[in-house]
Amino acid sequence: MNETQNLTEAKAAPKLIIEVNSMHKWYADFHVLSDINLKVELGERIVICGPSGSGKSTLIRCINRLEEHQRGQIIVNGTELTNDIKNIEKVRTEVGMVFQHFNLFPHLTIIENLTLGPIWVRKTPKKEAEEMAMMYLEKVHIAEQAKKFPGQLSGGQQQRVAIARSLCMKPEVMLFDEPTSALDPEMIKEVLDVMIERAEEGMTMLVVTHEMGFAKSVADRVMFMDEGQIVEQNSPHEFFDNPQHERTKLFLSQIL
Amino acid sequence: MSDATITPPREFLKPPVTEVGVLGWLHSNLFNNWYNSLLTILVLLALWQVVPPFFSWTFIDSVWNTPAEVCRDIDGACWSIIPKNISFILFGFFPDGQQWRPGLAMVLLVGLVVFSADRKRWKKSLGVYWLINLVVMGTLMYGGVFGMPVVETSQWSGLPLTFMLSLFGMVAAYPFGVFLALGRRSKMPAIKTLCVIYIEMIRGVPLISLLFMSSVMFPLFLPEGVTINTVLRAQLAIILFTAAYIAEVVRGGLQAMPRGQFEAADSLGLNYNQTMRLIILPQALKIVIPPSLGILLSAFKDTSLVVIISLYDVLKTTKVTLSNPKWTGYSTEAYIFLAVLYFVCCYAMSSYSRRLEKELHTGR
Repeated sequence: MNETQNLTEAKAAPKLIIEVNSMHKWYADFHVLSDINLKVELGERIVICGPSGSGKSTLIRCINRLEEHQRGQIIVNGTELTNDIKNIEKVRTEVGMVFQHFNLFPHLTIIENLTLGPIWVRKTPKKEAEEMAMMYLEKVHIAEQAKKFPGQLSGGQQQRVAIARSLCMKPEVMLFDEPTSALDPEMIKEVLDVMIERAEEGMTMLVVTHEMGFAKSVADRVMFMDEGQIVEQNSPHEFFDNPQHERTKLFLSQIL
Repeated sequence: MSDATITPPREFLKPPVTEVGVLGWLHSNLFNNWYNSLLTILVLLALWQVVPPFFSWTFIDSVWNTPAEVCRDIDGACWSIIPKNISFILFGFFPDGQQWRPGLAMVLLVGLVVFSADRKRWKKSLGVYWLINLVVMGTLMYGGVFGMPVVETSQWSGLPLTFMLSLFGMVAAYPFGVFLALGRRSKMPAIKTLCVIYIEMIRGVPLISLLFMSSVMFPLFLPEGVTINTVLRAQLAIILFTAAYIAEVVRGGLQAMPRGQFEAADSLGLNYNQTMRLIILPQALKIVIPPSLGILLSAFKDTSLVVIISLYDVLKTTKVTLSNPKWTGYSTEAYIFLAVLYFVCCYAMSSYSRRLEKELHTGR
């Protein structure tokens, strides 16, 4: 833990972008998330890992209110998430999300998928939105597919479009919910490369993934979750070489 | 040794002759075993018995435009019943000499339908055109301006009545049905309950009883002196009835939408209206094109039930023609004509829906 603190203090005037205070969540009677405390600073890259059913997806889905929490506090960029729909919509425009199954809009072309958010939510003029969309499509190396429909693209290409779609909203934070889990092995790299490029540009990222190579090379901090709790968090170096907790050790021995 | 491991170049062979071409098709579809061969022969025999006589009745021994007396002496079809009575079949009791008005109204209506078929024209202006068309049609039919004598709605009959009731019925029922479907899925209990009650009540009664209620019972509840036009009441009953069925079909489409689509829209910050209008409904309505068409087709055909409240649609005007002693006995010809008329309309709708499905297909 010390090392993480030193690391963050080294940066000039860190800005707190996400703050989660003793947050609990239940699905009916089932206690999925228990006493979650999390602080994320602007520019931080955090990888969340853990066995399936440990609540890691649920946690990041709470951050843009795709799931509701029942107790505690979630504050994103100074806005607290409550039942107030205005606050929720504000937070969602500031937080981008990339899903396991891409969730592109199949009835719209790639470029329309990208411009939809800027045009309707940000009220950007259409032409400007299209120029921006093309810029981001180039960033994810897929500009030549702009006029196609999502169904005509491979999984890896679709996921890169989904990343570009989030970027078009110019989010402060990007959430990735197992972005490579639904992909064929030969397509994982092209998606991870795009994510690494965004990380290098300084994008704040929370990534739920099983790609430990990505965690080692990109993350500032790796979090391990089990049974709805954050068991351990540390710099990737310490996390992988010197895990503290028994459950972390067991998990790492199973996946590495 | 090394030569033996080299694969010879890939050859692309033609399939065997018996599998392709006319012979192949005959063999695999009509004569591929003894009982299929037997069925093929039996069907051919049956067709031989039925088709030539029908053909000569329809085309060879028939007469096309003669007085009724000529028909007594022939074996074939007496198609003369159609041209000799066409103005009554099409326009019913609309006064002679004024029938260009419903004729023009129908041309406008059909023109607008054809105009609306192109997806590029699906904008707000199209709704305005429909409203204008409604007003123009109403003026043409009712008259009272520009020197056109007033024709009461009780005299509106025949094909214009059928077309108006069904087309405006469909156009109004579809959006209403979509709202009901959204209401039924609403999280607000009051709205949801209202929609459920409405849908279930309407679906629980036949159209004929709705029409009956609208014409017989409904006026009893109105204050004395207040009347609502019969045509309008029939139109309303058709809209309310069709909307309930549309609602359930659309709800099916909404339920087929993956949760991921809602979540992706939410995560972009789109609000409920935007999510529905831009993301969910375009996809859901596309899925339900085939069942929606089924409902619209039956709504079109069900307009013939308005005879129950003494409106004369095209089926009824035909029946009236047949009750004329001169033409009694040629019901087969008259009903075949009607069947063709209905079929052409339904088939046009059906082909259009197939074209729409194809155009909206975006891969996978």
